[in-house]
Amino acid sequence: MHEMSICEGILQILETESANKNFKQVKKVALEIGPLSGVELEALKFSFDVVMKGSLADGSELIIIDMPATAWCMQCADTVTIEQRYDDCPKCGSAQLQVTGGEELSIKELEVD
Amino acid sequence: MCTVCGCSSGNLKIEGEGLEHSHANGQSHDHSHDHHHDHSHDHDHSHDHPHFHEHETTHDYGQGPAHAHAPGLSQARMVQIEQNILSKNDEYAAANRQYFNERGILALNLVSSPGSGKTTTLCKTIEELKDKHACSVIEGDQQTANDAERIRATGVKAIQVNTGKGCHLDGHMVGHALGSLNPQEGSFVFIENVGNLVCPSAFDLGEAHKVVILSVTEGEDKPLKYPDMFHAADLMLLNKVDLLPHLEFDVEKTIENARRVNPGIKVLQISSTTGEGYEDWINWLEATLSLAKIGHKPSPDTQNKSADDLMKQSDLDISQNAG
Repeated sequence: MHEMSICEGILQILETESANKNFKQVKKVALEIGPLSGVELEALKFSFDVVMKGSLADGSELIIIDMPATAWCMQCADTVTIEQRYDDCPKCGSAQLQVTGGEELSIKELEVD
Repeated sequence: MCTVCGCSSGNLKIEGEGLEHSHANGQSHDHSHDHHHDHSHDHDHSHDHPHFHEHETTHDYGQGPAHAHAPGLSQARMVQIEQNILSKNDEYAAANRQYFNERGILALNLVSSPGSGKTTTLCKTIEELKDKHACSVIEGDQQTANDAERIRATGVKAIQVNTGKGCHLDGHMVGHALGSLNPQEGSFVFIENVGNLVCPSAFDLGEAHKVVILSVTEGEDKPLKYPDMFHAADLMLLNKVDLLPHLEFDVEKTIENARRVNPGIKVLQISSTTGEGYEDWINWLEATLSLAKIGHKPSPDTQNKSADDLMKQSDLDISQNAG
């Protein structure tokens, strides 16, 4: 439900950056979104088009860079890939995991004119 | 539209501030100004737009980033940004956090699903605390000032923030509510968030701790269904435990699920009807307030400066940083 706010946040950054980096139109927006960021991708894609309408990024392409959710398993002493916060270690089944990645919610880069 | 929360500004109401006031204070700083400026800029200089090149008499290729044009080379370029999308909210939250730290105030962000007893818990907690400590409350709801009125009935100051279409409070709304609330040094500020276990987890308000309230009439698997919120919280209050004899609710299983998403979470079992477990909860609050007050010396400077001035100053700082 807060995907709309996130898109508003993106637009705000684009507007600030357009002044700082001297561009007038945004063609592509690449976001890094981790599976633990709490963002629903379909809702984000929908909101993106709506929020960008009439702005400097109207009609721009949204590129989502998938980031893996990773955790440190104390038992394996290794980094493993997980799906959810409460997942057990896929290798040894231990619940002693420390989430190390997957919370990303950032703008990586833009293609601008 | 509010650029932080996405709600339309006409719906955002902070009690005690007229609509125009909150508008002038809030929106013109970051939204209206930026937005309008960029818009008119685009339109006025439509010859920069590649679409219109054919129809214009002047083809200006010197407007590109390098102020030059090489034949065949597109003006399009990649810009590395690497910016957190919620960074604007985080800046407002940091300003709030600094405000709390400078005054030795303990700010808590109470989150739960609707109907789990946030307001009842808050009223009872204030009854227990108010003789010894100053308390004030920021109430977040989509509509109505009912909750703030319930809090005021306990005799403490409360400000209602209506988020309109927004599903959560954000750092900017809390900052402005603080301007009207002007909480005492060394006091408790309780922020009751909008009843929602999803969105408020992502928005830092500058609080010291998020406290999640879960009632035993909800499911044992709620921490697994809404892991982000239980992960973000430092304390979980398991509320309405007086109803346990009438329910099939596995307390151990619930706590286990909460620890699964957040091994460090502390769990207290309370009943806001009977007062069961309140001794622990009040002890936790007082101990945490003591921590917030450690190293804090009441300074004449912060006491004399009105909170409103400070929030205006922080708005200014933020807009300067952003620019």
